[in-house]
Amino acid sequence: MTYLVKGARVLGGEPKDILVKDGVIAEIGAPGRVDGTGAGHVDADGLVALPGLVDLHTHLREPGREDAETVASGTAAAALGGFTAVHAMANTSPVADTAGVVEQVWRLGRQAGHCDVQPVGAVTAGLLGRQLAELGAMADSAARVRVFSDDGVCVSDAVLMRRALEYVKAFDGVVAQHAQEPRLTEGAQMNEGAVSGRLGLTGWPAVAEEAIIARDCLLAAHVGSRLHICHVSTAGSVEIIRWAKSKGWDVTAEVTPHHLLLTDACAETSPAGAYNPIYKVNPPLRTGEDVRALREALADGTIDCVATDHAPHPVEDKETEWQAAAMGMIGLETALSVVQEAMVETGLLDWAGVADRMSARPARIGRLPGHGRELRAGSPANLVLADPSVRWAVDPGGFASKSRNTPYQGMTLPGRVVATFLRGRPTVLEGKLT
Amino acid sequence: MNRHLLSTADLSREDALLILDTAEELSRVSGRSIKKLPTLRGRTVVNLFFEDSTRTRISFEAAAKRLSADVINFSAKGSSVSKGESLKDTALTLQAMGADAVVVRHGASGAPHRLANWVDGSVVNAGDGTHEHPTQALLDAFTMRRRLGELDGRRVTIVGDVLHSRVARSNVHLLHTLGAEVTLVAPPTLLPVAMGEWPCEVSYDFDSVLAKSDVVMMLRVQHERMNASYFPSAREYSRRYGLDPDRLGRMPEGAIVMHPGPMNRGMEIAAEVADSARSTIVEQVTNGVTVRMAVLYLLLSGSEPAIGGNL
Amino acid sequence: MNVARNQVRDDPEPDGGRAGDGGRPREDGPPHDGERAVLEAPDINRALTRIAHEILERAKGPERLLLLGIPTRGTFLARRLAERIEQVEGHPVASGSLDVTMYRDDLRLRPARALGRTVLPEDGVDGRIVVLVDDVLYSGRTVRAALDALNDLGRPTAVRLAVLVDRGHRELPIRADYVGKNLPTSRAETVRVCLRETDQRDAVLLRGGQR
Repeated sequence: MTYLVKGARVLGGEPKDILVKDGVIAEIGAPGRVDGTGAGHVDADGLVALPGLVDLHTHLREPGREDAETVASGTAAAALGGFTAVHAMANTSPVADTAGVVEQVWRLGRQAGHCDVQPVGAVTAGLLGRQLAELGAMADSAARVRVFSDDGVCVSDAVLMRRALEYVKAFDGVVAQHAQEPRLTEGAQMNEGAVSGRLGLTGWPAVAEEAIIARDCLLAAHVGSRLHICHVSTAGSVEIIRWAKSKGWDVTAEVTPHHLLLTDACAETSPAGAYNPIYKVNPPLRTGEDVRALREALADGTIDCVATDHAPHPVEDKETEWQAAAMGMIGLETALSVVQEAMVETGLLDWAGVADRMSARPARIGRLPGHGRELRAGSPANLVLADPSVRWAVDPGGFASKSRNTPYQGMTLPGRVVATFLRGRPTVLEGKLT
Repeated sequence: MNRHLLSTADLSREDALLILDTAEELSRVSGRSIKKLPTLRGRTVVNLFFEDSTRTRISFEAAAKRLSADVINFSAKGSSVSKGESLKDTALTLQAMGADAVVVRHGASGAPHRLANWVDGSVVNAGDGTHEHPTQALLDAFTMRRRLGELDGRRVTIVGDVLHSRVARSNVHLLHTLGAEVTLVAPPTLLPVAMGEWPCEVSYDFDSVLAKSDVVMMLRVQHERMNASYFPSAREYSRRYGLDPDRLGRMPEGAIVMHPGPMNRGMEIAAEVADSARSTIVEQVTNGVTVRMAVLYLLLSGSEPAIGGNL
Repeated sequence: MNVARNQVRDDPEPDGGRAGDGGRPREDGPPHDGERAVLEAPDINRALTRIAHEILERAKGPERLLLLGIPTRGTFLARRLAERIEQVEGHPVASGSLDVTMYRDDLRLRPARALGRTVLPEDGVDGRIVVLVDDVLYSGRTVRAALDALNDLGRPTAVRLAVLVDRGHRELPIRADYVGKNLPTSRAETVRVCLRETDQRDAVLLRGGQR
């Protein structure tokens, strides 16, 4: 099928017509100057065209917790959020620590067809932090795993981390570290600060993240390997990463949408009352000062990309007392809106910057050559059309995700995805799954 | 309108004084032969205790019964809760029973706040995790007022594990509201890292504040803290932060000693201090019933509660 | 003191919201437009003197008497009656106050309210002739609550009732033994008793209801 996308503002620039044919962008030209004979027309007047978004950090929960999410429902949510590729985290049950499990996830993704699913492999067998998983076998499998992470658990053993960093060099892999010093965060419930002190909740100190990031940057430099840091959440982490990058070390980092918008004050003063565990997430929501530092770091490139850490949980795991609640929030269907709110409307990033941080850079870190490419003739036709002018009240009832644990419920956010194309095939049109 | 007593921070000065004045009137009832009042006849108070606390539960039970409320005791042990029933399902059960008030003790900070979302009745926090214990603070304030008169300008020193103490949090808010000057004394390991906005002073040195304390309140040191390197040893803690006869002797004349109980005699408080005439520890227990009667009366007797906060 | 606090709360006095009195507003302070005095200070004075004599006569002496006022204004009236009896007899008479809030039958109709004060002699009410004293007798529900409260406090030999004004409209089989003034009213009218202890003057004022 051939599509003529009419009047889209490529990366927020002047309106253009885009001809999508045989899975690639065939032509981009001035409005009315592209021959769309026989093509399906997509009216993109006023819409911004971006390369299809790439998420480095998604929990699809399958296999094991299909009550919370499946590959099919999670990728549907991803497509509705403008994503054409997601990295599925390894903390499933069984853990994605063998070629068999990663190939299963990869295959489920292809069957669902909403977006590419690139499995992340576990660093250690069973996420137990004792011995390396069969990283090479996963890299060589049909899933071609390049990102390895024990996300949810920190690879806290310094020797094991060093070995993992060294070992993945053989196949251009990267270790994505969940930076959390375990002893400093035993029983931790929320950011350690004024709010945790008042609420009497055990604190998760910033230093527990920063200490691991500093150590791992030094390890990566020492062994000359690539390091990626998951969900950076503190101003101190930003400083350390900035320093590591200034040394020329191959360190990359991501930030989640929620850490760009929300603070630990939510735990105390949300409209739904104090102690609402919808705001319980790991790493925890930090202070306003941290949010400012993270936004600046994303704008200046110290933090390379936005990754959702989409973490679906069934209702019963959140409708509890704070301490008993599961950590995490869903984010695929709100990511672009939150980034527009936090970065674009504040003047920190333009749409070209958003394309870089949500598509080009994560694709490069994940080694996905078919994604994150420039929007020009010859590129794979992975693209998203979004309307930046609308504002919408977030209602998780309408989400494709099986879970409802969004912290934005009731908030009004800017921008909505209108269409998503995966290799020339629309996965979303007029804001709905095709 | 649905109002609760979740935190002493929700109490205005007027609310707090109303509770104390009401308790003052109700204390006369404890002295007469018929201790029962018909006020809450037909109202149901559920004591929902997820943690063992016989003292607090009995105190609330006596308070509710003296006001003629029907009391249902629901203890988590041996109930469906220990079989994995969620707090929400428990709440819905209580709701179906028509509980007018739920008195809840829970090991998780904020559990009463969550419960208040799910029941129509008033929720009274009887101690949540390391957060608050509002009626304890109210009975402490009541006890202080009886011994010392109005609390404006009174200097209250609270000593011990502030980090994990619900009693300290509730007392800091309430005593500040009532005009007292509060100083918290603890080793730095047992204080929250960020206390900039707490309406009180903080000191690491017990001896330096002793001489200017009208009240010294000792907090219980939980045994599990002793093995977690919050301080080197019980002996060292006791030496630096315990109230012994020597320190008692350096307190101003007329100053009183309080402890929310249960005490570790010989640890945070010496036996002869606990038993001295300056100690209010037994009165605190007696006053607990009276103050809890006042809270239940003000929350439940009218068409809408006269005190407390919304969610 | 209770009175001061009660005035700033939305329920001006513990006895301001009696069952059956239709939520009559009872503000303190100077007379309002359309308010007329049905008793002035000398009238009240004479009425109390008469009631004091009647109480004394029926009790055959002051020894076992206990005058219990219902807060707030009943307490002041009880104290005045006690003083008068003492002037006549040269012998102190026990007086006190009995708060009936916890025994009211209309608690659930209004927000929870502050308690008034109960002050009894050391040796209680057993064997005493208790005279309940209140300012206005209307539905009778306050007196009913007072009888219940008294029942929990002990066993008096006899209980009698003295009121400054009886405005009728009883809802219970209750009758006053001593009345300062019988004042026929309509339910639409408001009776306000001012006493110098709280209101700077003595007067009984009637308002509203004129067609």
